[in-house]
Amino acid sequence: MTGGRRGLVVEDAGLLTTVQDTGRWGYQHYGVSVSGAMDLTAHRRANRLVGNSPDVATLEITLVGPVLRFETSMRIGVAGAWFGLLLDDRAVSTETVLRVEPGQTLAFGRRTAGARAYFAAAGGFAVPPVLGSRSTHLRSGMGGMEGRALRAGDRLVVGLSRGVPRRESAATKWKRCTPLGGARVRVLPGPHAGLFDPAVLRRLETARYTIRPESDRMGYRLDGAPIVGPEGLSLLSQGFPIGAVQVVPSGDVIVAMADRQTAGGYPRVATVIAADIPLLGQLAPCDWVEFERCGHRAAREALLESESDYDREIT
Amino acid sequence: MAGTTQREWEVSRDGDSALVLTYPARLDPDINARCVAVAEALRARSLSGVRDVVEAFATVTVHFDPLSGDSDGIAAVLRELAAETGAAVAREAERAGREIGLPVRYGGARGPDLADVARFAGCSEAEVIERHCGAAYRVYMLGFQPGFAYMGAVDPLIAAPRRAVPRVHVPAGSVGIAARQTGVYPVASPGGWQLIGQTPVRIFDMARSDPFLLAAGDLVRFEPIDEASYDRLETGLR
Repeated sequence: MTGGRRGLVVEDAGLLTTVQDTGRWGYQHYGVSVSGAMDLTAHRRANRLVGNSPDVATLEITLVGPVLRFETSMRIGVAGAWFGLLLDDRAVSTETVLRVEPGQTLAFGRRTAGARAYFAAAGGFAVPPVLGSRSTHLRSGMGGMEGRALRAGDRLVVGLSRGVPRRESAATKWKRCTPLGGARVRVLPGPHAGLFDPAVLRRLETARYTIRPESDRMGYRLDGAPIVGPEGLSLLSQGFPIGAVQVVPSGDVIVAMADRQTAGGYPRVATVIAADIPLLGQLAPCDWVEFERCGHRAAREALLESESDYDREIT
Repeated sequence: MAGTTQREWEVSRDGDSALVLTYPARLDPDINARCVAVAEALRARSLSGVRDVVEAFATVTVHFDPLSGDSDGIAAVLRELAAETGAAVAREAERAGREIGLPVRYGGARGPDLADVARFAGCSEAEVIERHCGAAYRVYMLGFQPGFAYMGAVDPLIAAPRRAVPRVHVPAGSVGIAARQTGVYPVASPGGWQLIGQTPVRIFDMARSDPFLLAAGDLVRFEPIDEASYDRLETGLR
């Protein structure tokens, strides 16, 4: 250690780089959104590479990545979307553990698959927790780096690592593929599915939707086959989960994502299963989405399968 | 309840990471009191895997970790609480409910829509204020933003609908009306409610040990103040 606190400096912030963890749970009844990583599996995976526990804060890197300069030596790991990574002049790969030295720079280059990469440093990013979480919720300006996305010149302090670091340059046996251009996700019927015309439900399952450009961490607004909602239906607001497929009065379909509000009054035709939320989190504006209906048993099996894949040992 | 009526609630799944207890979809203080009571009782149990319990107007949504949470077990507890404690606990909770007074400076720059609401009501601005202050409002639920409380029911005469075009900037503390609901904006944000006044009280403040002034089940009364009192209170609260 060269004295002073462990840390790194953001030389270029990229398009949208935020501090995220597993989310701000426990305060939704006060109107506080959960937020957290859009692809929690990749977030956990990045943490795992460097020996952090799953709930430690990482950087969520969106579409165009940052340039980071290290002030002290540390172990780092990247998981999720595939970017061309340059450590100074040396090409390094995603899904590996790297040891970096003071003065070295990591640049995220061309993106080849997925939308969001997770950058972990052993010890995690020591931004102050807000209501128990370091996740950034942009709309309410809560958490992360002063409630906002990172900017050039920001300095991030890295905590002391207590975990067991993985062997350097360790590669992983992760099977999950990172989507390129779109994904088919499985859905369970939503709480208001019974109020929709059955033909409408078939339409949802057979259409190919496109993620509109104004989509963000709060929700994906989809173009494609508009859905006719139940006529004259006025619902009282109620809580809803991530992946909720909502139909707004215009017929547009919006899928709720990490920064969703805590409650809403739009009819919900379907819900993306938990196992496929990380896949959805790897999609970008203009990517396609298809919905495939499944049952609770299949949803459970899919979740266990993705979890055993996550648990696959890092070699 | 008391076994005389058909069971009027149901517990169902909401995707694979949430369960929901649903009562008849009415804006009804009694139904909402049951939701609050069940939600509080469930939070007190701290069941393994439960991440969030969210009471709304006529529902309680329970978010759980789909890997570690036992959805059947959580559903059973939810049913038990709805059946056994629903009505009784709700009555008790109602008596114990907090009553909170909120000082409001009505009209002028702090309540730019007061004149519109008076026009809608066909009465004077003074009567709008009188009617808005004349009732105690139940906090049905929080949502939209941290600390935003949906309260009701507003006197039908002054129950002006949302503005056709929402404002881009609504200052923190603004008091608004949207049909039979009234609320206070906890932080500056865009918003479409009819703004009739502003309170100097910070209903959401991360610097406090309890950042949230209001919770579902509370009763709120608005009290009119003048500009001098507003300034004094705002300075005192800073």
